[in-house]
Amino acid sequence: MSKIAVMGDWDSIYGFGALGLDTFRFDESNIEEAGRLLRRLSEQDYAVIYITEALAARVPNEIEHYRTLPSPAIILIPGISGNTGQGLAAVKKSVEQAVGSDIIFGGK
Amino acid sequence: MATKTVNPTRMELTRLKKKLTTARRGHKLLKDKRDELMRQFLDLVRQNKDLREKVEKGIGESNKSFALAASGMSQEAVRVAFMTPRQEIQMTTATKNIMSVDVPIYSYTTRTSDPNDIYSYGFAFTSSDLDMAVAGLAELLPDMMRLAESEKTCQLLAAEIEKTRRRVNALEHVMIPQMEQNIKFITMKLDEAERSSQTRLMKVKDMMLEDAHHYEEKEEARFGEQVS
Repeated sequence: MSKIAVMGDWDSIYGFGALGLDTFRFDESNIEEAGRLLRRLSEQDYAVIYITEALAARVPNEIEHYRTLPSPAIILIPGISGNTGQGLAAVKKSVEQAVGSDIIFGGK
Repeated sequence: MATKTVNPTRMELTRLKKKLTTARRGHKLLKDKRDELMRQFLDLVRQNKDLREKVEKGIGESNKSFALAASGMSQEAVRVAFMTPRQEIQMTTATKNIMSVDVPIYSYTTRTSDPNDIYSYGFAFTSSDLDMAVAGLAELLPDMMRLAESEKTCQLLAAEIEKTRRRVNALEHVMIPQMEQNIKFITMKLDEAERSSQTRLMKVKDMMLEDAHHYEEKEEARFGEQVS
């Protein structure tokens, strides 16, 4: 049995808590912990970790590290402050890695 | 271009020829693998893109509702409402094999079957925008799971494609030409050695015959007779 985690600032993620996902709050005071928590969650049986784009921008190395590992899947979601397009950029990156150039998004 | 020196021996030649056949077969197989991976990847990544756009739009709408709700309630009231979630989600992961890449398949079950258990608060003291926001998220959850699945699959496939492409290129542009070059070098060396020993043998044979039969002296004698 695996679990699903949601990481981000309280306003962006509390709704997911109601659905039964495990939420982990981060604000400016404990943002340094984010990378460590990400690693700890990955070692536990969290198979999917949703993380807000704003928080993801603070821990790029960790996210890059888990990118090609089979588990967990770290998925960026837009936070309350709006969509930064980082999530789609990650998809674009996959395309560029595989094909060599971006043929899906047409260079948008 | 033969970077390292090879032993021009027959044994080495056989070894290289065997290696070349294996390399050619490996190259063909890897090329097929790459093409098939690419085909699957392009399908999946389009799906990935559509799902992501849908999920991002859905979350954006939910966030709007949350903001509306929060504006009508005190922050404490919102926090209290979400303090103790009633629903729980457990997920199971399985794997599927796409061209020897293990990709995940996620499925989840909720602890209770009642769809209304997502509301962890009483309706009396909360804004109805909150209900809409939570319901919107709940509706989005299956798509979010599929997004996680497809995005991870795409990432894994992309890494595998990159790896395979490197292997194909290394075989095609480095290994195989180098081996061909080495084989050519050895064949030429062996041929050269063969010719050289051939001529030496002929020469030796001439010398031995000369020793045995003294052709040259006889010839000279006959020539002398003719002249006199």
